[in-house]
Amino acid sequence: MSISVSMTVNGKAVSGKVEARTLLVQFLRENLSMTGTHVGCDTSQCGACVVHVDGQSVKSCTMLAVQAEGAKVMTIEGLAPSADKLHPMQEAFRDNHALQCGFCTPGMVMSAVDMVKRHNYQLDEATVRRELEGNLCRCTGYHNIVKAILAAAPAMKAAGV
Amino acid sequence: MYDFAYHRAKSAADATALLKGKSEGRAMAGGMTLIPTLKQRLARPSDVVDLAGAKDLAGIKAEGGGLTIGAMTRHGAVATSTEVKSTIPALASLAGHIGDPQVRNRGTIGGSVANNDPAADYPAAVLALGATINTTTRKIAADQFFKGLFETALGEGELITSISFPKPEKAAYVKFPNPASRYAMVGVFVAKTAGGVRVAVTGAGPGVFRVKAMEDALAKNFSSAAIKDIKVPTDGLNSDIHGSAEYRAHLVGVMARRAVDAASK
Repeated sequence: MSISVSMTVNGKAVSGKVEARTLLVQFLRENLSMTGTHVGCDTSQCGACVVHVDGQSVKSCTMLAVQAEGAKVMTIEGLAPSADKLHPMQEAFRDNHALQCGFCTPGMVMSAVDMVKRHNYQLDEATVRRELEGNLCRCTGYHNIVKAILAAAPAMKAAGV
Repeated sequence: MYDFAYHRAKSAADATALLKGKSEGRAMAGGMTLIPTLKQRLARPSDVVDLAGAKDLAGIKAEGGGLTIGAMTRHGAVATSTEVKSTIPALASLAGHIGDPQVRNRGTIGGSVANNDPAADYPAAVLALGATINTTTRKIAADQFFKGLFETALGEGELITSISFPKPEKAAYVKFPNPASRYAMVGVFVAKTAGGVRVAVTGAGPGVFRVKAMEDALAKNFSSAAIKDIKVPTDGLNSDIHGSAEYRAHLVGVMARRAVDAASK
């Protein structure tokens, strides 16, 4: 059964035809060709598919596209303020070499941005590690990811994002 | 995932009407269990009724000295609610340790309680606090609600609308999470309310259950020393690759003592 969905993705109004069973991540990747959001485990454990829906981080492999009707969705593609400037979290990931193969990175960055905001830009190492519960890095590169998030928190505050 | 017809309910009454006559229809709360189940083709509903737009099902209200929490209230909202943190801090803490932040942004209290997963956290709180489950047709006491593995007293088309919790004098929940899945291997909620002391265990058996021997001992003396010699029988406890029934029985004792200590602080 074909259903029309409309939502805002990275500030742009989009719409498309989906099936009831189409996942949000499928809609983003296959209908909109926005492949920055990854599918890792497809069982809501690894967090490679994390996007923001109405300002909250969610696993887009465990949400139907039709559930995002009318929502404001933000993906990794929408994070940077311009083509030549990274978001402070992306910048911190680069500065701290917080990625190895890079597959988990989009989800890590999206979870991290949400985490920093929820904790009002104030994080300690233990909190960051606990908050990363829903994001897996199979390269086990957590140490630098944690460092990057701790560095990004004050940078995000300073940048007002 | 098999395809299905998708419906958006605007209210609890609308959801009931949409489900009426659809014997293979299913209500969807946060979808944190239903969507993975559909993906594995373990369920094939003809219709899915999404409750997210039913505004009358969400929200936290202070009522009769306790709290009434709408079925569609997300775990994250319960965990961060100032109302819950001041009235039943153990419940806020429990909600804040379900799954991960992304799951907590979607998963709901009503969905968790209706699903009655044997390792879910909320059923332990509902049973230990002696909560009341309010549905589209009636009120059900916690003791009558949970019926074993994924089974509840809910009838066909009956939906949880909210859950009413009394304010306890003392309460705490402590769990031993599986290191990989983070589901409770054993979780124990201990509560001292006007109705007495209750000890509810999740994760250890086919469904949440109370430990009468511990309740009796704690009613006389609310301290972890009072229950240190109480052995939990292994009969009917889960035994799997994560732990034997003996291991889980032992964990019930350990978690219960930690919960009593935490509640006494």
